[in-house]
Amino acid sequence: MTVSPLNAAVFRTSLPVLFGYLPLGAAFGVLFSDLGYHWSYAVAMGIFIYAGAGQFLAVGLIANQAGLTEMAIATLLLNSRHIFYGLSLMNRMHNRGWRKWYQIFGLTDETYSLITSTPVPHGINAGQFHFRITAMNQLYWVVGCGLGAWLGSQLEFSTDGIAFVLPALFMVLTIEQYKHLKDIRPFLTALLIGIGTLAFVSRDHMLLVAILLSLSVLMMQYASINRRATNE
Amino acid sequence: MNNLTTFWYLTGVIAVLAGTTFLTRALPFLVLSRAANHPLLNHLGRLLPPIVMVLLVVYSFKNDAALSVSFLPELGCLALVAVLHLAFRQPLLSIVGGTAAYMTLVQMGLS
Repeated sequence: MTVSPLNAAVFRTSLPVLFGYLPLGAAFGVLFSDLGYHWSYAVAMGIFIYAGAGQFLAVGLIANQAGLTEMAIATLLLNSRHIFYGLSLMNRMHNRGWRKWYQIFGLTDETYSLITSTPVPHGINAGQFHFRITAMNQLYWVVGCGLGAWLGSQLEFSTDGIAFVLPALFMVLTIEQYKHLKDIRPFLTALLIGIGTLAFVSRDHMLLVAILLSLSVLMMQYASINRRATNE
Repeated sequence: MNNLTTFWYLTGVIAVLAGTTFLTRALPFLVLSRAANHPLLNHLGRLLPPIVMVLLVVYSFKNDAALSVSFLPELGCLALVAVLHLAFRQPLLSIVGGTAAYMTLVQMGLS
C-alpha cells in the first residue's frame, strides 16, 4: 500500500492532535457512560456536535435534565470565541461548497491552530490539505468518544498527563507563528492579556474575555494606522 | 425514562448543541462574506492567529478538563518544548519531548 504525499503530510501534521483527542475524547466518553446511556449517543455527539468543552458541559447539563433553551444559551456563551476564529479565516478559506461548510463546522481550537500555523507543503493543494486535516482531527475525536463510552470506567488511565500534548502543540505553533510574522509585539500583547485574564477571570469566560480584549487592541491599532495614513 | 423518551430527549439535546456550536463557527461566514476583502479583516486575519495561539497556551494553565496541573511542572515542560523547538524545529520532537517529561513528572507524583 502506498501513501500519497498529501495523506502523509496530513497525518504528520495532525499526529499531535491524535494524541490529544484520543485521551480527551475518551475522558468525555467515560464521563458520559456514567449517565447510563448507550455508548452510541456519545459517538453521535462527537459526530454532530464536535466540541471539546461543549460536550463536557453537555454531560453536566444532561445529568441535571436541563432544558433545551438553557443548553443552547450555555453553549453559545461557551463557544462564542469561535466567532472570531472565522473572522480571521475569511481570506484563507480555500474550499468551496460543502467542503467549505464542513471545514467551518470542524473549526475547533486545534484545527484552527494547525490551519493557520502550518505552511501548506510544496506541491500540495491547500484546500485538500486543510479539508483532510479537519476530517482526520474529527475522526480522532469520534474514536476517542466512542472508546471511552464503550469501555466506560473499566478503562485504566495509565496515560496520566498525556493531555499535555495540546498545550505543547500550541507552544510549537506559537513559535511557528513568530518565525512567520517576525514581530514580537502581538505575542507580548497576548501574553499580557492572557496572564491578566488568567488571574482575574473565571475559567469558563477567560478565553472569550481575552479574545475580546485582543480584538479591541487590534481594532484600535487599525484605527490609528488609518489615521496616520490619512494625515500623511 | 423509558427508551423512547431517552431517545427523543438526547436527540433534541444533540440537535440543539450541534446547531448552536455550528452557528458560532459559521456566523462570520454567513454575515460578512461580502466584506471578505476589507482591510480590517485582513488586519485581523494576520494578527489574530498568533494572539489566539499564545492565549491557548496560557489558557491551558486553567483548563483542567484532563490536565490536573499545578503551575510549575507545566511551565517547566512548556519551556522545554520551546527550547527543543527553537533548537531543532521538529514539531513532533518538541511535542513528544515535552509531553514525555510532563508525563514522567505527573506519574512520579510531582504534579
